[in-house]
Order: sequence, then C-alpha cells, then structure tokens
Amino acid sequence: MLEVKGICKAFGGVQASRNVSLTVPEGRITSLIGPNGSGKTTLFAQITGFQTPDSGQVSFEGKDITGEAPETIARLGMVRTFQIVQPFAGQTVRENIAVGAHLHRASRRDALAHAEAVASRVGLGDRLDLDAASLTVAGRKRLEVARALATDPKLILFDEVLAGLNPSEIRDVIPVIRDICDSGITIFMIEHVMQAVMSLSEYTWVLNQGEVIAEGEPASVVKDERVIEAYLGKGMAQRIAQRQVVHA
Amino acid sequence: MRQLVLLLAVFAVIALAPFVIASEFSLNLVIMVLYAALLGQAWNILGGYGGQFSFGHAAYFGTGAYTVAVLQVQLGINPWIGLVAGGLLAIGVAAFIGLATFRYGLRGSYFALVTLAFAEVLRILSNSVDFTGAGVGILIPLAPGVANLQFETKTGYFFLVWTFTLAAFLAVWWIGHSRFGASLAAVRDNEEAARALGVNAFRVKMGAIMLSGLFSGLAGVFYAQYFLYLDPYIAYGPAISVESLLVPIIGGMGTLFGPLLGAAALHAVSELTREIIGEVPGISLVLYGALLVVMVMFLPRGLAGLGERLFARRRPKAGETGHA
Repeated sequence: MLEVKGICKAFGGVQASRNVSLTVPEGRITSLIGPNGSGKTTLFAQITGFQTPDSGQVSFEGKDITGEAPETIARLGMVRTFQIVQPFAGQTVRENIAVGAHLHRASRRDALAHAEAVASRVGLGDRLDLDAASLTVAGRKRLEVARALATDPKLILFDEVLAGLNPSEIRDVIPVIRDICDSGITIFMIEHVMQAVMSLSEYTWVLNQGEVIAEGEPASVVKDERVIEAYLGKGMAQRIAQRQVVHA
Repeated sequence: MRQLVLLLAVFAVIALAPFVIASEFSLNLVIMVLYAALLGQAWNILGGYGGQFSFGHAAYFGTGAYTVAVLQVQLGINPWIGLVAGGLLAIGVAAFIGLATFRYGLRGSYFALVTLAFAEVLRILSNSVDFTGAGVGILIPLAPGVANLQFETKTGYFFLVWTFTLAAFLAVWWIGHSRFGASLAAVRDNEEAARALGVNAFRVKMGAIMLSGLFSGLAGVFYAQYFLYLDPYIAYGPAISVESLLVPIIGGMGTLFGPLLGAAALHAVSELTREIIGEVPGISLVLYGALLVVMVMFLPRGLAGLGERLFARRRPKAGETGHA
C-alpha cells in the first residue's frame, strides 16, 4: 500500500534518513521503532509531504507522491498524527474533529454529525463541547486520533499516540487502535511503548541513525543484537546474553 | 440559525434609523458607524477568522475608492459600473498581495509588514500619477441622483452602506457555518495540523484575503461617493488600515458581532471626547492608542468576549455549549 524506496535526507551534516526502504502492507498494523533521534518522525514527515526527501521515492497505492503537499496526500487517503499534539485550541472537540470530517464532506451539518460519531468511537463522546485546550494529555492524544480518523483515510500514520500516557490509559487506547484496523484502515505507527508494539503490530522496522537496522516480527526483532545495541549501547547484547547464561 | 435571526433582527432595527432619527448629524453618525463596521468586518475575515494580521487594508479600500472616482472623472463611466469594477479590482489587488505573501509562507509580523508596504507603495504611486489627480486629489462632481450613485439626502447613503455592511456580515455568518470557515479557523489555530488533515492552507488564505479585499473595496466605493473627494493620504494612508484593525480588535476578533460593537464603541468614544475636550488635533488618535492598550491588556477577546462572559455567567453551569 505504501512503498518507500531508498529515501535519503540530510540536515546539514546530520543524516536523518539513510537509504530507507520499506513496504507497508494493506490492512495490517505495522510499526516503526528506534531510539530517540533515529529519524522516525523525519521519515513520517517525508512520507506525508511535510518534508521532501533529498533522494528516493514514496509511493502510495502505486502512485508516486514524492514531494506532494501534505493536503494532497491527505486527500489521497493517507494522514498522520503529531507526536506533539496539535489541537486547534479555542475550538471545541467537535469543531476540531469536524476539520478532518470536512475533507470529504462539504456540508457543515454532515461534518459535525460525522465528528460526533468519530468522537464516540475513540471515547471522546462525552467531551464534544469542551475546549480542546482543556483536555488532558490522554484526551488530546485521542483527539489527534479522532481528527485523523474523521478524514476517512485508508492509511493512518500514528506518531507516538501512546507516549505520555499512564499504563491504564494505554490499556484503554490499545483497543481503539485495534478497532480502527479492524474497520479496514491500515495503520503504520511510531511507538516507544513496547507493550503496544508487541501486542498490536505484526511487523516492525527498527531505525537507528537514519538507517533501517532490522525488520521482522516484533518478538524476534527485539532479540536482534543490533537492535539491543542501538538502544543500550555497544556490547550490551553480549553482556545480556552472558547474564542470562549465568542465571540459567 | 439563532445567530442569523439575531443578525437580521439587528440590521432590521438599524434600518429604522433614518425614519426615527430626524437630525442629519445623528444619522451621519449612524452611517459612519456602519461604515466603520464594514471596514472592520472586512479586516475581521482575514485577521479575526484567518489569523493573518494585515496592516495595509488601505490597499483594498483605496483601490475601491479610486476606481469608482477615476472611472467617473477621467472616463465618464457610471459609478454603478465603477462600484462593480472597484470591488473586482480590490479583489485583484488582494489576490496579488496574497500571492506575494502566502505563496512564500509569510506569517505574523512579516505578513503585517509586507501588507503595510504594499499600501504605502500604492499611496506613493497614486501621489505621483496624473489620472488619480496626484497630490491634489480627485473631486467627484456633485450630481445627485440614484443613477449617479449619489443621493440628495443622507437616507440614500445610509441604505447604500447598510446594504454593503449587511452583505459583509452575512458573508461572515456564512464563514462561521461552512467548510471554508472551519478550514480558515483551523489554519489560524495551527496551519501544520490543518494541512495534515487535508486543508489547502494556501487556497483558504487566498479566499479569505480576496473576500476581505472585496468588502474593504466596497467601503472605499462608499467613501468616495459619500464624501466626493479623495487624495492619496485619505485613500491609501495608514489611518484606514489602523481603523480597519482597531474596530474588530476592540469589538472582538473572530466574532460575528465584534466589528459592529467595536465600530459603535469607537465612535461613541470619539464623539464623547469631542464633547468633553473639544477639537484638539490628533486627540482621537491618542485615545485610540490608549483604548487599544487597555483592550489588549484587559479584554483580549474584545467587547464580544466580554458580553459572552457575562452572558455565560448568567446561564446555568450544567451543559456547557460551545460557540458554534
């Protein structure tokens, strides 16, 4: 459904993406993990048109969308959420979601009605008339999800929707994400909460210093030596292995 | 819907003014309030609803005013045609300024400065070319008659500006209840997030600046026909730009009724000072400045925000309703 081919992007001397290639299959939940600063959000930004890659190609449903504007890409059916939540402060939850709903609905009445339906789907049904700025972090994350969902997308890119939530909130949101996938929307997510990666995603790519260093099922990827070293430092994989031998 | 009914009711009441108010002086005051509300509402579309603070709305006002004046005086073209041409040219100037700024992503103070610069450029141009009458200005010959868009009594002018102002307010009501308005508010509050949700920010801002330019241009057309005299400083000077933004800031940016409240408050204040202090040159400007500081400090949401707050306090707390 989404194909990224050999994307490179540099900011001055910092190589944010090094020849990144991946293919997101339709109808599944896949994920992108990696240590802080490994270029995950930058990759999302390039996929959704907020940044243009220096080289390489992004295609969505077989169509080359490299360098297209974000709004064009959203119209084609691929939307992203933001890691740092970006509510339209001063507008109500309903109005916030309606902005997304308007993408394929010209009438105000239809958009507001759809916004209500989407709100109840993500668990914001009782907060429709609140100012978006008054929501808690968990509420704002749900709002990010709701706005993206309201655009009737085919593929949603979630950028750390679970970050900053406590364990019970995470438990509440995970079924929402699964439900979105079950309704036929493909999900590609950046996530630090490993519990979510392990339980939700079927396939994961690991990014380190702008480069894909491993990919596969989450359970096997987390055992990969290079992944452990990327997160914990050089030599850690070996030391963990030794310790496991000692304990055994 | 309730808002629309209220809007129409308010304008219906205002329409009674010429029949209730006998004195020419008082009717002139009502006309000037409506005219200020029109200017302010035009700015409000782009500044209040779109979050793009223009310091150069005189560019559209002056274009509307000069178009109708120059066409009449230099080419003998009927001002009704001039009215349409003035509106269209004002849209054209707005589109040009919009292209020059939004295409390159100018925001905030950069946008404000560039709009100010464009208005100044137009002022200097109109000061130096012959067909605008240059520095001497342009005098529209007195020829009362509806066909000439001139009226023997103030009542005719009243209904001319009343119609323009009502049109502007209806347009803003529509903005508050349409996809265009929702997109515009989204761009104002967070352009990145709006684009991520498929809002074409550039197109939305272009729509706003053109609509804004149209109503400023119509205010200019009215001004030219009412006072029958223009010079570069009147048409393209900063005073008009300042009045355009002062009215909605005092009344309440991004609200439908804000510009009307602001216009009334501004004129009430300037009339009062004239009564109390008398005619001191420049005193109203000093007062406007002080008023602006006070408003920004204590009532950032303007008079409309104050009204909303008082109204909300009287309502039972349960079941908060948002402003739709």
